[in-house]
Amino acid sequence: MSVIYMLLAISISVALIFFVAFVISVRKGQYDDSYTPSVRILFEDELREELPKKEPETKEYNQLDKPF
Amino acid sequence: MSGTDCFHCGTPCDAEEVHFDGKSFCCNGCKTVYEIFQSHDLSYYYELEGAPGNSPSALQGKYDFLDDPLIAERLLEFQDGSHHVITFNIPHIHCSSCIWILENLSRLNPGVYSSQVDFPRKEARVHFNPEKISLKALVGLLNAIGYEPSITLEQYDKKQQKTDRKLLYQLGVAGFAFGNIMFLSFPEYFESGEFWLEQYKGLFRWIVFTFSLPVVFYSGSGYLVSAYKGLRSGMLNIDVPIALGILVLFLRSTVEIVFDLGQGFFDSLTGLVFFLLLGKFFQQRTYSFLSFERDYRSYFPIAVTRLEEEGREQDIPVYQVEQGDRLLIRSGSLIPADAILLKGTGEIDYSFVTGEARPVTKKSGDRLYAGGKQLRGGIEVEVLKPVSQSYLTELWSDAAFSKGSKTAFRNLTDRIGKRFTLGVLTVAFSAAAFWLWKEPSLALNVLTAVLIIACPCAIALAAPFTLGNLLRIFGKKGFYVKDAESLERMALVDTAIFDKTGTITTTRKNSIRYTGIELTEQEAVVLKNTLRASGHPLSQALYRELAPYNIVPLDAFEEHLGEGLEGRAADQEVRVGSSRFVRGTAPVEDEGSEVHFSANDTYKGRFVIQNSYREGSRKLFEQLADAYSLAVLSGDNESERASLEELLPPLTPMYFNQKPMEKLEFVRQLQREGKDVLMVGDGLNDAGALAQSQVGIAVSEDANLFTPACDAILDSRQFSKLALFLRTTKKAMKIIYMSFAFSLLYNLVGLYFAVTGQLEPVIAAILMPLSSISIVAFTTAATNWIGRKIE
Repeated sequence: MSVIYMLLAISISVALIFFVAFVISVRKGQYDDSYTPSVRILFEDELREELPKKEPETKEYNQLDKPF
Repeated sequence: MSGTDCFHCGTPCDAEEVHFDGKSFCCNGCKTVYEIFQSHDLSYYYELEGAPGNSPSALQGKYDFLDDPLIAERLLEFQDGSHHVITFNIPHIHCSSCIWILENLSRLNPGVYSSQVDFPRKEARVHFNPEKISLKALVGLLNAIGYEPSITLEQYDKKQQKTDRKLLYQLGVAGFAFGNIMFLSFPEYFESGEFWLEQYKGLFRWIVFTFSLPVVFYSGSGYLVSAYKGLRSGMLNIDVPIALGILVLFLRSTVEIVFDLGQGFFDSLTGLVFFLLLGKFFQQRTYSFLSFERDYRSYFPIAVTRLEEEGREQDIPVYQVEQGDRLLIRSGSLIPADAILLKGTGEIDYSFVTGEARPVTKKSGDRLYAGGKQLRGGIEVEVLKPVSQSYLTELWSDAAFSKGSKTAFRNLTDRIGKRFTLGVLTVAFSAAAFWLWKEPSLALNVLTAVLIIACPCAIALAAPFTLGNLLRIFGKKGFYVKDAESLERMALVDTAIFDKTGTITTTRKNSIRYTGIELTEQEAVVLKNTLRASGHPLSQALYRELAPYNIVPLDAFEEHLGEGLEGRAADQEVRVGSSRFVRGTAPVEDEGSEVHFSANDTYKGRFVIQNSYREGSRKLFEQLADAYSLAVLSGDNESERASLEELLPPLTPMYFNQKPMEKLEFVRQLQREGKDVLMVGDGLNDAGALAQSQVGIAVSEDANLFTPACDAILDSRQFSKLALFLRTTKKAMKIIYMSFAFSLLYNLVGLYFAVTGQLEPVIAAILMPLSSISIVAFTTAATNWIGRKIE
């Protein structure tokens, strides 16, 4: 039954990982606005094949699904 | 061809319809925005929501002050060479199209790196490259697409506040610990003397202990500190029994596991803290897009134009305005300080400041007050007093604004908390004394058990959940209340005072009566076209009320500011305006808002534009008269007395020509007589009274516009429901009392176990969450029920 030490250690570590993830997400401000992301996911990513962008380096910032 | 709505903004297109790309627009502004979107491949804007747009406004140098790096620096959130960040407050944000377009600003201008919208706050945070697009150009861009930001003195003064996320962290820690402790406590709950459990019991107990440490010292610290402060100042608030419960739980449980007396109550401890914090979190609901704290600074502009020698214009921050400065006040702009008019004709709208319904005409040499809006035409003024000493800002230095009458309020939970603590301590010590005599070994057990199980959590949760839910329900119905305590105070008021202009009356609808000779069709056409050419609010109000006619270009048109209009088309000549202008005679009595009219030199008649009272006002006053004493305080003149007497119950006191300080003093006087006052107002001139009253409600036509500091903002469309809202707060207080009764029941059951020495950890672990959850469920269901009655 001494395997219980290992089981407890693993499960507590996993729990802690999730807790740390929670703290990080709060610090990044993800909980400051809980409404707008719900609207944002409904935007459709349009296909932009026809019009080549003049300045491709700014395109990265156009991705709608990248949270800031 | 009228009948269609503008594709961009949705307002009905009248005869000025613009056609483009197969669609109709109400004006050129809307069409231009459409063009901009189309040429940048942003037409998806129109697919998300119908007619989401807004017509851009004319800027005319309004934002020139943004070129000043010192001013810009105070507004920017971050600046670093080629990377600037600024957060704009954009009132027009109202739908998903807005979010989409504002987050795609980079497609409109490569100088913008990225932007993110915070919808509940109606803010957009923009990262941009100042070398490619200046701040002023950025604001211009936003305006060009119909999303003009609101940049006021308030934003200029605001210090950067770090968002307070402490409660979230505390809640997270408590929830994390609570869940894990429950799991780890299970073995001992269901203990049946098994061998392996005896071996590892210590391990589980000490892990549970470790988990509980951050909950007591971090998550629960708020309660411990508050109880300590309360006791130090001699007050027994609700945090005292809570802190007592937490400490006793922790100490007894630690002693139990150290001396192997038992499992301890760590599960109940963390559960208690978790539910309490949950209640706090739920109650914290705020309407972040509204501000209940506005003072004059969110009404004033940041910068004004000062005239230097040789007619040079210089934009300076409004705080730098000094006595003797000459300022240029543009059309539609605010007068920032008390001043004397030098050049131009003043058409000043003081409705926000004094409550006078009609704009006042001023000529050279007349004195102007801060806060008035110059309607049309630019004027030059000389400043008499700096901004901070103006007549208006002196109002804000009154003690009313340090919120004297509101901070003294002790909410119900705290009042009950005091009695609860005393009751619990009495039971605890008497029970312990009893057992000391009967069976001493049980005494300490019973003492601590009573302190543990007598859970104040149901009491501490009843008010936050009830009022928090009520805040949410009211908000959905257009009544935005600042916080839960305001709701409690609302249930206690006995006197209701109303401002007139803008509160009981609305400027959106006007009731216009015409007395005189009927107009022929040709006369009406010319009249309407003449009115159209003028920008005066009275002309525009009249224009909207007359039946639509075709647009006919006028052969001649002349506007005499402050007097009237002259227009000629075909062979009809029309004069519209004041009595003196139209027929050369002085007005008979207080003119009210009278517009006289003559055609071809024959006097025809006059239009009387009266205050339009909000729909349902009379019924509202009838409903209120049952429970409240009423009064009307108006900054306007007495001309409306008769109409008001019709609307209000008989013998209602009415006072006119009230200055802001007089309104404030009136409220104070009532309070000295022991009354609890509710004030309903809408403008800066009500600010003092709103702050002084126990509850101040601001009526708002458009939540985007300025409302003075208050405890609640009522959407003007819901004005007639005010009595219903007030009645619902009283019902909510009844719900809270009922929850207290339930919690008493739970406590009695728990006390039975505690007093007889039978309190097992598992019983506590069941009772506490059970009572908390059932109180939450009951209060939520009950408030939803009473909320449904408001329709």
